[in-house]
Amino acid sequence: MNLKLKIWRQKDAKSKGGFETYHVENISPDTSFLEMLDILNNNLIHEGKEPVVFDHDCREGICGMCSLHINGHAHGPDEDITTCQLHMRKFHDGDTITIEPWRSAAFPVIKDLAVDRSAFDKILQAGGFISVNTGGVPDANAIPIPKKDADESMDAAACIGCGACVATCKNGSAMLFVAARVSSLAKLPQGRVEGARRAKAMVAKMDELGFGNCTNTGACEAECPKGISISHIARLNREFLSAKLKD
Amino acid sequence: MSNLFTSSIGRKLIMSVSGAFLVLFLLFHMSMNLAAVFSADAYNAICEFLGANWYALIGTLVLAAGVAVHFIYAIILTLRNRKARGVIRYAETAHEQGVSWASKNMFVLGLIVVLGLLLHLFNFWSKMQLVEILGQHENSLGLSPTDGAALIQYTFSQWYYVVLYLIWLAALWFHLTHGFWSMFQTVGWNNQIWLSRTKCLANIVATVVFLCFALVVLVFFFRSLCPYAC
Amino acid sequence: MATLDSKIPAGPLAEKWSKHKAEIKVVSPANKRKLDIIVIGTGLGGASAAASLGELGYNVKVFCISDSPRRAHSIAAQGGINAAKNYQNDNDSVFRLFYDTIKGGDYRAREANVYRLAEVSNSIIDQCVAQGVPFAREYGGLLDNRSFGGAQVSRTFYARGQTGQQLLLGAYAALNRQIAKGSVKSFPRHEMLELVIVDGKARGIITRNLVTGQIERFGAHAVVLASGGYGNTFFLSTNAMNSNGSAAWQCYKKGAFFANPCFTQIHPTCIPVHGDQQSKLTLMSESLRNDGRIWVPKKKEDVEALRAKKKKPSDIAEEDRDYYLERRYPAFGNLVPRDVASRAAKERCDAGFGVNETGLAVFLDFKTAIERLGEDVIRQRYGNLFQMYEKITDVNPYHEPMMIYPAVHYTMGGIWVDYNLMTTIPGLYAIGEANFSDHGANRLGASALMQGLADGYFVLPYTIGDYLSHEIQSPKVDTTTKEFDEAEKSAKARIEKLFSIQGKQTVDEIHKKLGHIMWENVGMARTKESLEKAITEIQKLRKEFWADVKVPGTANEFNQELEKALRLADFLELGELMALDGLNRNESCGGHFRVEYQTPEGEALRDDEHYAYAAVWEYTGKDSAPVLHKEELKFEAVHLAQRNYKD
Repeated sequence: MNLKLKIWRQKDAKSKGGFETYHVENISPDTSFLEMLDILNNNLIHEGKEPVVFDHDCREGICGMCSLHINGHAHGPDEDITTCQLHMRKFHDGDTITIEPWRSAAFPVIKDLAVDRSAFDKILQAGGFISVNTGGVPDANAIPIPKKDADESMDAAACIGCGACVATCKNGSAMLFVAARVSSLAKLPQGRVEGARRAKAMVAKMDELGFGNCTNTGACEAECPKGISISHIARLNREFLSAKLKD
Repeated sequence: MSNLFTSSIGRKLIMSVSGAFLVLFLLFHMSMNLAAVFSADAYNAICEFLGANWYALIGTLVLAAGVAVHFIYAIILTLRNRKARGVIRYAETAHEQGVSWASKNMFVLGLIVVLGLLLHLFNFWSKMQLVEILGQHENSLGLSPTDGAALIQYTFSQWYYVVLYLIWLAALWFHLTHGFWSMFQTVGWNNQIWLSRTKCLANIVATVVFLCFALVVLVFFFRSLCPYAC
Repeated sequence: MATLDSKIPAGPLAEKWSKHKAEIKVVSPANKRKLDIIVIGTGLGGASAAASLGELGYNVKVFCISDSPRRAHSIAAQGGINAAKNYQNDNDSVFRLFYDTIKGGDYRAREANVYRLAEVSNSIIDQCVAQGVPFAREYGGLLDNRSFGGAQVSRTFYARGQTGQQLLLGAYAALNRQIAKGSVKSFPRHEMLELVIVDGKARGIITRNLVTGQIERFGAHAVVLASGGYGNTFFLSTNAMNSNGSAAWQCYKKGAFFANPCFTQIHPTCIPVHGDQQSKLTLMSESLRNDGRIWVPKKKEDVEALRAKKKKPSDIAEEDRDYYLERRYPAFGNLVPRDVASRAAKERCDAGFGVNETGLAVFLDFKTAIERLGEDVIRQRYGNLFQMYEKITDVNPYHEPMMIYPAVHYTMGGIWVDYNLMTTIPGLYAIGEANFSDHGANRLGASALMQGLADGYFVLPYTIGDYLSHEIQSPKVDTTTKEFDEAEKSAKARIEKLFSIQGKQTVDEIHKKLGHIMWENVGMARTKESLEKAITEIQKLRKEFWADVKVPGTANEFNQELEKALRLADFLELGELMALDGLNRNESCGGHFRVEYQTPEGEALRDDEHYAYAAVWEYTGKDSAPVLHKEELKFEAVHLAQRNYKD
C-alpha cells in the first residue's frame, strides 16, 4: 500500500504546531499502524529529518501509552482496540490518513503527537485507592463477593487510562475515566468503606484540573478501546450525589 | 450539600431536575391542549382556570424560573465545556458509532426551543394571561383572554405559524430524545440494563409529546382550510 | 575482589525466613522519616516496594520512563498469579509450590529464596483482594483458580486475561495513596543513566528528564532497582518497546554482579513473526493451554496443503493430527513448563511440520474445548485474548485454531542479590525481574507476578530496614560532591558521543541486527560454535554502532531516538555477556538448551556435578573480560533429579 500521511508536528509545548504531509510506500496490510509510523520515522531519519514523536510501549493494547486521533477517531477507525492494535488492512491503497494528538485543555501537547496525561494520575491520587497498608489484611476468601459484582467491578477495572474518552468527548470530560475507577471499587465490599469520600475527592480533583462536564453523549463509550459502559457514569453520579446529600 | 452546585455533577443535577420539571410541564400542557381538539368549551374552562389567579400566577413564575435555570445553566455548562475542549480543534472529526446527533447538539436545539417559546408567548400568553394581569378584558385581536380556543384557531389558520411551530416541535423532539434519558443518567438512576430502557422511554415520550402538540396545530390548520367540512 | 555471601540464614528451610525476620534490625519511625530511598521502576516490584516503603514512613522517590507509573510492563501479564492457598483442596501447599518452582527452574534457583517466595505467596493474594483487585470468583463468591504450566494443582488466581493489569493497578493505587500523602514523590518520564556510589555505597542516581532532556541528580540512603528484564536484547520479544536493561547494566558496570545472564525464557505461545517490519511479538497467555490443545499435522502433505492455503486446519481429520505435547508428556500434556513446550514446538518445526508459510508455527486449537464447554464459556475465559488474536491476524480463533510460535519473553538472569535482595554494592537492592534469584533456569507461568509483589510488599520492606538501621546517622546525601559530578559527566559524555557519530544506520536497524544474532545463536538452541560466533559478531556490531549510528535531533528535547540509542548501547554489551555465560555453562537446563547436552529423547541434560551454581559475573572494565564467580547452589530439601513431565 502507498499512503499519504497528514501528521501534526509541534516542536514542544510552547511552540505553534501545524500539519506536515508525508508519503510511505510498500506498506503491507499486515503491518500495524505504529509499525507503519516506525517505517516513516526510519525514512525520515535517513532523509536527515526529525522523526515523529508518539507515545507507545506495550504494543498489545494494555499499557494505555499509545494515543493518536486517526481520521477523526481516537485510536483509529476500528472498534474496541488501541492504536497499537490497529492494522493497515483497515485502510486502502492511496488513502490519506490524518493523524493528530489528543485534543483537550487538560492534555497539553508535549511534542508532535505526544500529550501530557498526568492529570489522570492526579485524579487517582485524590482517591482512586482503598486505604489499606501492606500486611494485616484478612484472608482473601474472608468476604465472599457475588460473582456478578466481581465481574462488574472487573468490567470497569479494564480501563487502561489512555485518555481516549477525554480526547473524543466534545466537552473534554473525564467522567468515564473517573467513573471506571469509582465504579470498580464501589462494586466491592472492600471499596464501599470509603466510597463516599472517594467519589467526592475524585470528582473535585477532576473539576479542578479543567476537565469538562459530561453531557451523556456516549461518545466516550463508543471510542473506548475497552468498551467501558457509560452505565458506570450513572453509578459515579449516584455515588457522588448521595455522598454530597449526606454532607 | 456543601459545594454541591459548584461541582460538575451538581451543575448537571440542576439541568436534570429543571429538565424533569419542564418535561412534566410539557406533559401537563399537552394534555390540556388535547382538550381543545375535542371541545372548545372545555378548553376555555381550563383557560379561565389558569388565568390571572394567584395559583396560576405562582405556577407561571415557577415555570419561568425553571426555564431560566435550565437555560442559564445550559449556557454556563456550554461555555465551560468549550474551554475544557481546548483552543485547537481536530482537523478531522468523524461520527462515533451509536452516538445520537441530538446529544451533541443539545444547546442549539435548546436555543431553537427557547426561540419557539418566545414566539409562543407572543402568540398566546401575551394575549391571555398577560391581558388579565394588566386588568384588561380584551386582547389585541379583540378576543376575550379566556377564549383560548378562538386564539388557537386564529393562530394556526396562518400557514407560517404552522411551519414555525412544527420546526419548534421537531427541535423539541430531538431535545427530548436525549434529554429525557439523560436526566435519569445524571441523577444516577441508570445501569447497564436500564440504559437501553431509558433511551427507549425517551423516544416514546418525545414522540408522544411531538405528536400530541403537532396534532393540535395540524387539526386547527386543516379546520381553517375547510371550515365547514370538519 | 568482592566475595559472594548469599547470607542465607541457618536452620531448617521452613523456618529460615521467620528466624531471619526476627533477627534483623528495624528502624524506628522517627528515623525512617530521615531516610531517603530511590526506587527505579514502577512495575509490580517497584510500585509495591515504593508504596510499602512509603507506608512505613521512609522518604521515597520513584522513577519511571513512561508517562505514568501505571504503564510499566507488568501490566501486560495476562494469565495469573500463583499462591499456595490450596483453596481448591487439591493438596497444594507452600512446599508443593516451592518444589514446583525449584523443579520448574530446573534446579538452578536458590532454595531459601524460593521457599520464602512460596511462603509469602498467600499474603499477596490477601493484600490484593484488600486493595480491590477484582479476581475471578465462583458463584459462591469465593475466589476461582486455574492451572498453569509445570503444576498439577490449580493455584493460579486471575482476573480475566488481565491479571497483571489488575495487580499493577492495585500496587499503583497503593503508590498513589502514598504520593498523595507526600511520602512518595513520583518522577515519570525520567530515565536512570548512572548509579552514584559514594564511599562504596549506593548513594544516588543520575537521570535524564525525557521531556526536557535535562540531566538531574538525586541522592538517597539506598537505591532499589526494579527496572525489569532485558529480553529486548533480542529486538523482537514480548516485552514492551521501552523495556530495557540499561538501569541494571549501568549498575553492573558500577560493580553489581550479574548472575546467569544466559537464562532467557522463550515463551511457547506467541503470535508468529509476519515480516521484517515487525516491531514486537504478542504473547498469547499460557492460560490458553488450560483448554487449548497444541498440534501439527502428522502428514507432510497436509503441511504442504496448509502452507499453500489449499486446506484449512479444520479440514484435517482428528487422526491426522499430532498432539505432540500430549504424546510426549502424558502426565502434564499441554501444561508442560514453557521451556519444554517451546523446544517441542521448535523440534516439530525443525522436522518440517511448521504450519505457516515460514514454517515457524504450530496450532493452538480450542475445538475440543468449545465442543465440551460451549463457545460462551470459552469467550468468558479468554474473550479478550481471542479478540486480540483476531485483531492482529484477521483470523477468528473460535473457528480456526490459533497459530503460535515461541518468542523471547522473560529473563530469569539478572543482578545478583543475597537473601536480603541486596546486590554486591551495599545499599543497592534489586527486585522483581531485575534480579536473578527465584526462577532458576526457567520461570513457571504466573510466578513473575508472584515474585514482583513478594519482593516489593513482603521481603524488601523488612530487609532494607536491616541495612538502613546502620544509616540513621547519615545526613541527607549531598548531590554536589565529586562522585555526582563524575557520574553526570560520564552520562553527558555518552550522549555527546552518540550525537557526534552521525553515521548511516538508524538505531532500529542496528538493533534488528543484534536481535538476529541473538535469536540465531543465543536463542532456543545454543551450541559452543553459535555462542562463540555470537560473541564475535556482537563485538563487531558494537564497533559498527559506535562508528555508524545516526541519532537525529538534540540532547535537550524529547528525543526518542536518543533514548533508544542509549539503551541499544547497553544491549550491545549485555548480549555479549549472555553469550559468554551460555558458553561457560556446558550443560542444558531450563531455558538454556545446549544442543551438545541432551538426553536421547531430546530433553535438557543437566550437569549437576559441575554446574549446580549460579554463574555470577563481575565487570572489570571496558577492555577486559568479566570475571566469573560461582555461587554454589545447595539443595537440602529437594532431591536433584532429571525433570520428568511424562508420568
